[in-house]
Amino acid sequence: MDDVWNNFDLVVRAFGMTVGLFLAAGIASLAVGLPLAAMRVGPVAVMRRAAATYVTLVRNTPLLMVFIFVVIALPRIDITFKSIESFQEDAFGQVFISAYFFRATLALSLYTSTFVCEAVRSGINSVPLGQAEAARAVGLTFGGTMTQVVLPQALRATVPPLTSVLIALLKNTSVAAAFGIIEAAARMKYFNNRTTEDVQVFLLFALVYVLLVEVVSAASLVLERRWKAAR
Amino acid sequence: MNTSNILFDAPGPKAVVRHRVYTVLTILALVGFVLAVLLRLDRNGQLAYALWEPFVTPEYVQAIWGGLLDTLKMAFSAIIGALVFGLVFGVGKMSEHRWLRWPSWVVVEFFRAVPVLLMMIFLYFAYGLGKDAVLSSYWCVVIALTVYNGAVLAEVFRAGVLAVPRGQAEAAYAVGMRKAQVMNLVLLPQAVKIMLPSIISQCVVALKDTALGYYISSPGLTFVGKQIYGEFQNQVQVAIVITAIYVVVNLILSAIATWVQKRIVGEKKALAPTPFGITDADTGATQGGGRI
Repeated sequence: MDDVWNNFDLVVRAFGMTVGLFLAAGIASLAVGLPLAAMRVGPVAVMRRAAATYVTLVRNTPLLMVFIFVVIALPRIDITFKSIESFQEDAFGQVFISAYFFRATLALSLYTSTFVCEAVRSGINSVPLGQAEAARAVGLTFGGTMTQVVLPQALRATVPPLTSVLIALLKNTSVAAAFGIIEAAARMKYFNNRTTEDVQVFLLFALVYVLLVEVVSAASLVLERRWKAAR
Repeated sequence: MNTSNILFDAPGPKAVVRHRVYTVLTILALVGFVLAVLLRLDRNGQLAYALWEPFVTPEYVQAIWGGLLDTLKMAFSAIIGALVFGLVFGVGKMSEHRWLRWPSWVVVEFFRAVPVLLMMIFLYFAYGLGKDAVLSSYWCVVIALTVYNGAVLAEVFRAGVLAVPRGQAEAAYAVGMRKAQVMNLVLLPQAVKIMLPSIISQCVVALKDTALGYYISSPGLTFVGKQIYGEFQNQVQVAIVITAIYVVVNLILSAIATWVQKRIVGEKKALAPTPFGITDADTGATQGGGRI
């Protein structure tokens, strides 16, 4: 354990990477998942079908296989995302996004966006039919029905399933360990290789994960309480 | 539910035209994407027969079949273990004794929050390597999946028992049954019926997570795939074939879950455990979010 305490900055940086992946992939999956959900419930049949096919395919693929596609298979057809590195050197300077980080974020977002889509869709589906009918009956326009009646309720109903999706994403960032990212799981492997006190090292890393998960669920609980309304 | 009724009216003539335009644009985009992928594959020589040949060569097909069997065995053992684990701790969480309830709660919440891969790495490096190794990588995967899925199933069991109407337990107590009898003879049998679809869809999760064994070189589909692309340098083709196998097996499992839901459970909506740490989620929207 001394080894871990003496190199604690490595642990902090590894969890920083975990959180960084979580934030980057979380934002990207929301950005992809919301339009996907819109396509999935929209009026255009082809879009509905296309989105449904994408969601079914990716949801049933193990995340590890998505990683293999992005990290191992894409370079075979000359897609390495190396251009991202060279572009930044003169653009940002300080914040450096490596091709590894980008690929891991891409794989995580491709996977998670399908679950975001399903969570949002279930939120929209949970709004009782009568609500929209009543809104139309009192003469609200389509825009009014959506913004005043359907979406506010759908948004509230989306928080709990979206939270479980984001928590799963937080845990799924560990898969990046197998593809060249030194995040928490890879760092634990590094310490496990050097010590005999595997159990203590594992407990330390596991408890930090538990803490991070608690932070996410506490944040969602705050949102849910704030948005709670009598139904 | 038919969402189209909620969100929009029947389209008028203008909207119909607009939808047609969207339809055509979507189809064009999709066709363009597929063409671009095919061209890209072709330009890099990835459509060459030699790279696909292993998947029609009997020895390699047999190796992949063996990998699939290993994967299924791992997933199956893990689910059996997870059912026992979930039953013990799910019932433990509902116990009236604080000394039982609290440890069960801690165990369930801990294993739900720890990534499966972290668990596998720990088991492998602590007990699977070196002279005094007691676990093969196969068992590291099975144990890690057992405790994770067990913790999730514990919540499913709890939700299932709570979903049995209260009058059932009250009636059982009224005819003089003891606590254990009420649980074993009245509540659990009815709860299992409600839980079946959730349990089957948890099998999909377990099956998908067996792929993580790749990191600790456990047997299974991903391991066979790694060997094949190590030999032929056909990463793209292996990724496509192995993924297709996973998707097909998972779709079969999902179809079984839907069938069971229709045949045995009836029209009641599927159970979903509350998301981690959320206790007052009474929105009823947790279903459909999907477990990951």
